[in-house]
Amino acid sequence: MLGNEAVARGAYEAGVRLVSSYPGTPSTEITENCAKYPEIYAEWAVNEKVAMEVCVGAADGGARAMCCMKHVGVNVAADPLFTVSYTGVNGGMVIVCADDPAMHSSQNEQDSRFYARSAHLMMLEPADSQECSDFARAAFDLSERFDAPVMLRLTTRIAHARSMVTLGERREREIKPYQKDIRKNVMMPGMARGRHVVVEEREKEQAAFVETSELNRVEMRDPAIGVICSGIAYQYVREALPEASVLKLGIVYPLPEKLIREFASKVQALYVVEELEPFFETRLRAWGISLAGGKNLTGLQGELSARRVEEAFGRETAPLYPAQETLNRPPLMCAGCPHRGPYSVLAKLKMHVTGDIGCYTLGALPPLSAVDTVLCMGASIGMSQGFARARGREFAQHTVAVIGDSTFLHSGVTSLINAVYNRTGITVMILDNRITGMTGHQPNPASGRNIYGEPAPEIDLAALCRACGVNRVVTVDSFDLAGLEKALKEETASDEVSVIIARRPCALLDRKSRKTPLKADPAVCRGCFSCMKISCPAIEKRDKHVWINPDQCVGCGLCLETCRFGAIGGGEKA
Amino acid sequence: MKMDVVIIGVGGQGTLLASRILGALADLKGLDVKVSEVHGMSQRGGSVITYVRVGSDIHSPMVDLGGADVVLAFEQVEALRALPYLKRGGVMIVGDQKINPLSVITGQAAYPKGALDALRQQCRVLSLDALSIAREAGEVRSVNLVLLGVLCAYLGEDPELWHEAVARVVKSAFLEVNLKAFDAGRRHYEESEERNG
Ligand SMILES: Cc1ncc(C[n+]2csc(CCOP(=O)(O)OP(=O)(O)O)c2C)c(N)n1
Repeated sequence: MLGNEAVARGAYEAGVRLVSSYPGTPSTEITENCAKYPEIYAEWAVNEKVAMEVCVGAADGGARAMCCMKHVGVNVAADPLFTVSYTGVNGGMVIVCADDPAMHSSQNEQDSRFYARSAHLMMLEPADSQECSDFARAAFDLSERFDAPVMLRLTTRIAHARSMVTLGERREREIKPYQKDIRKNVMMPGMARGRHVVVEEREKEQAAFVETSELNRVEMRDPAIGVICSGIAYQYVREALPEASVLKLGIVYPLPEKLIREFASKVQALYVVEELEPFFETRLRAWGISLAGGKNLTGLQGELSARRVEEAFGRETAPLYPAQETLNRPPLMCAGCPHRGPYSVLAKLKMHVTGDIGCYTLGALPPLSAVDTVLCMGASIGMSQGFARARGREFAQHTVAVIGDSTFLHSGVTSLINAVYNRTGITVMILDNRITGMTGHQPNPASGRNIYGEPAPEIDLAALCRACGVNRVVTVDSFDLAGLEKALKEETASDEVSVIIARRPCALLDRKSRKTPLKADPAVCRGCFSCMKISCPAIEKRDKHVWINPDQCVGCGLCLETCRFGAIGGGEKA
Repeated sequence: MKMDVVIIGVGGQGTLLASRILGALADLKGLDVKVSEVHGMSQRGGSVITYVRVGSDIHSPMVDLGGADVVLAFEQVEALRALPYLKRGGVMIVGDQKINPLSVITGQAAYPKGALDALRQQCRVLSLDALSIAREAGEVRSVNLVLLGVLCAYLGEDPELWHEAVARVVKSAFLEVNLKAFDAGRRHYEESEERNG
């Protein structure tokens, strides 16, 4: 089972009733798998903050609940996170956050263990799929035992690795009784002060508990080397240093001080091997425990591997064949992708683009090179307001905030209201492909269906923007290059806030509009290569002409509009 | 069987499915197995690498540089990229398809010439036109099964269990054509071996 499937399985066996999440690699499959169990109500929330709040409500209401997100999602949900630590829960609540060391699919490498420490929440970290399931179950029990949410931390190599899992039965749980209790659940200063005391007491109890919990495990082998590690780092250590003694931490916060001291006293040289930040190391050093090595050996960036651990410990590593000179192959927008049209026009008009996160971030790469900034989900619309205020009208009239439908609903709409309210005359372009594409096609409120594929109310983005006070809202087909150009020129010229909705379903889902491949006639092609500016993977430069790769082309026809000589033709209904 | 495999290709070529079939095979054999997959960004036409480790008592789900007994490469440039993963004395099974990266499509770079020869100078290479074999079998997208067929024959394994593993992973509607591609890959290896004497 995939680690993520196993988390879903563990939660299922623990009797979870509700799962609310926002997609994000590498966490997405947990929620998708939860939706396969009829006993669980699963949903895609509009963002992580909402997901967590739905979970808190369900847990307060007495049910076991879980929300899953990628590491940066916890930033979005940090507000409820820090205070649900005060209120506690009723039914068990588990927050899964999936970190992405090496940034396979992320914009930063933050280490979410710090959240557990700052919010005073217990955090577990599994080291394989079996533990994903076991720890998910344990997390629910611990959440109820300590009346607080428990965080479950994964990393990409745990979430997206498959290993064997033994299945158990689901234990159905009664919904716990609900009692209104404002001292516990209404966090205004007077009550929160009281709850802060509870948080500290609880943390002491948890710190005592972790000393003897079987989730932490000492494996004594040769006492010459002792390593403290958790999660995937444990696997690398076992592989690289098979003879070493290991303290494997299943609970990464709070840390078992006594157990660590005891382990330290039994080994001759103590090391910490952990990915990303020196989280354990700093704590150990603060306790005055002397270390023979930590981050000075393994480094702060990227992923570890068994080989990196071997190198760090000066072990012999397998000899390598020499790396060959080769070409990079970065990801690219698919043939027929509806994001291509808007970007080719933005590039043509030499607009500044404050960008956002999604498949359309790929428009930043050459040859389109159409994006100036990408920060975090939803930032495009706020940043364009800052640019407009800092650099004035002229600049604002050459700037467009570009954002996807899922991202707009996640955290763009509040920034749009900000622009209207403060009269910052920006231009926003929503790339509305009706789906959350980047993370693997999860439906969102613009899709017209829910996580189960059932029909769901389809939000009217144009009406939403108007309701926010935007007077200038135009909707254009993403393949209508002339229409897009006209709209962009008109809307950027306006001093008012305006929104252009470029609309067309994702090409990977829109099988209906597929056509047979197009052909470029070499007798007519003049070799101006205008069609190549749209950066389509199906259009290749062959000597003095272009050639359209029939294995790639989906007949979308965008290139037809770019050829002044009518050299491209074909494309029948497939 | 103890085997570390690196599977590399271009997003959309079916590398994930290949790794799942090997995972199912190990399970059928009662062996321990770990598979590491890549989801997300790189699946959009980027270079995709997955790792399969079969044996007993496996710790890391990743195959390290210099650790692969076999590299299954679905494309020539990707085969070049994966060479450092190969263990000394290991074998590269290469589908000799060429998929141009964007830099070649736009004419900024040339597709490397003689990639397979360069590899052959370093290590043992079994290369084949897996795409044509897949097309003949009736499904161009079954390049992954053709390459697995080669691997099965190369290892001298009984195909029976492999068929079962394929059946576990592949949707039943596509099973027949996939098995056909698998057997075509197997036959290709056997015949070429015969030819090599
Ligand atoms: C806070 C946060 N949550 C989740 C993600 C993962 N993620 C990246 S892009 C994206 C959504 C993209 O959807 P959309 O805006 O519709 O664009 P598309 O990919 O469909 O073009 C998500 C969920 C993230 N980067 N940050």
